Amino acid sequence: MQSKKERVKIGRERLQRIIEMCKAVEERGLDPFLVNVDEIIKVVREFFPDWEQPEDLCLDAEAINRLASVIKLQSEWVKHRSTTLYTDPFLLEEKIKSLDKEAIVEAFLGAWHPIVELEQISLHSLKEALLYWENLPPLKDRWKEFPSPEEAGGVASPEELLRLKILRDKAFTEELENFWNELKREVAEKGENGKIRYWDFIGAETYEETVYRAFLTSFLVTYGYATLEVYPLEDEIFIKPFEKQQRRTAKKQLVSLPIAITREEWEKWKERVKAK
Amino acid sequence: MSKRKAIYASKIKRAVHMLFYRRHAKPGVKGWELRKTLGADYPKVLSILDEYLKPLDLQVKMAFEEEKPHSEKPTPEELDKARFYITLRGDLTPKEAKMIGWRIDDLAGLAITIAYIISKKGKAPRKEVEELLREKLPGWKASLNIDRYIRYGYLSQDENEQLYLDWRTRAEVDQKALIELLLSK
Repeated sequence: MQSKKERVKIGRERLQRIIEMCKAVEERGLDPFLVNVDEIIKVVREFFPDWEQPEDLCLDAEAINRLASVIKLQSEWVKHRSTTLYTDPFLLEEKIKSLDKEAIVEAFLGAWHPIVELEQISLHSLKEALLYWENLPPLKDRWKEFPSPEEAGGVASPEELLRLKILRDKAFTEELENFWNELKREVAEKGENGKIRYWDFIGAETYEETVYRAFLTSFLVTYGYATLEVYPLEDEIFIKPFEKQQRRTAKKQLVSLPIAITREEWEKWKERVKAK
Repeated sequence: MSKRKAIYASKIKRAVHMLFYRRHAKPGVKGWELRKTLGADYPKVLSILDEYLKPLDLQVKMAFEEEKPHSEKPTPEELDKARFYITLRGDLTPKEAKMIGWRIDDLAGLAITIAYIISKKGKAPRKEVEELLREKLPGWKASLNIDRYIRYGYLSQDENEQLYLDWRTRAEVDQKALIELLLSK
């Protein structure tokens, strides 16, 4: 024969399990019919007379609340199945796997009606812009408003910079030229049309090394040792080395290109390399 | 021209300006914005505009921000919250789709992703969708493509890595037709 204390303990555990199960169905999108509603109500009813503490009554109420959410999901599931939109995911999955890309695109184009939108300057906006320009104070006047930053800190010794890994043992130019030669070698071995994917070049075993390579690459581009080719639609960036260092011409407008070297991007690149 | 006709002609012009030119980060105009500019009869103005656009193979499309209202005819409040767009009425050919910047692989991936999420009642784990895409696309591309569909507004993702259909799918894709077309292939 169970003592009252033991019964309360078992009851609490069973209610906790019910709550967890209902929560899992709700949050992970599992089949709501995995939950046997009658069985749960039986359990809740069985232990209800034993609850005396407010915490236990709250637990009981939460179990009922969670169960109600699952019943709502079951009702939505039935509603969805009765609509014309319902398709057995398994059937659809099989169909998708058996179709070639062209057939899938053909089907999609029959149901796709892309948004039409225009971006065009008008006479009115030109007039507004001219007015704005007339009233805009020159840059030198506007910048006066900002006080120049106070110089802070002292002088760092080369040893300290070496310790912080800002400076390396080798002279920077020498390191940059070695890095340029490495780029040329990589392009010759793995590249196509004299260029290589940006990530395939900067990507390294560790994240820290990858960041350092990206840092050096930015100097290769800025100092005219290489150039970047960006394909925004394909989301791809290539790096192309020059045979000789290019001198900057005053006529040519320089463009800054921010490239995020995040840990996630690096992990994705590692996975891609592994998959290859 | 009667006074009434002239008023509607002017309202249609204003509606064209609002709907064709992007005003916000996302394309489209909210119902309440149209009501404010065109007046309470803006649904009528839009239906006349829709008739004008028919021969040009364009249409005025309404999409609800969240789920579609349950009632057959949306209430004025539901219309206020809805977003209105101009979309293509007919279909694009594969060649035309390419011309507007879509590669066949990416478009097929989008079709598969949308169809799969619809079949899963509008919500599917990202992992499952990635596995499905990997059947036809290189592994690294599957994940990149999903990120791109999210960026374009076709999908959204929650903190549990569940994918949902987002505003652009609701505006651009006839979900019922897509499923039927795929199954009839």
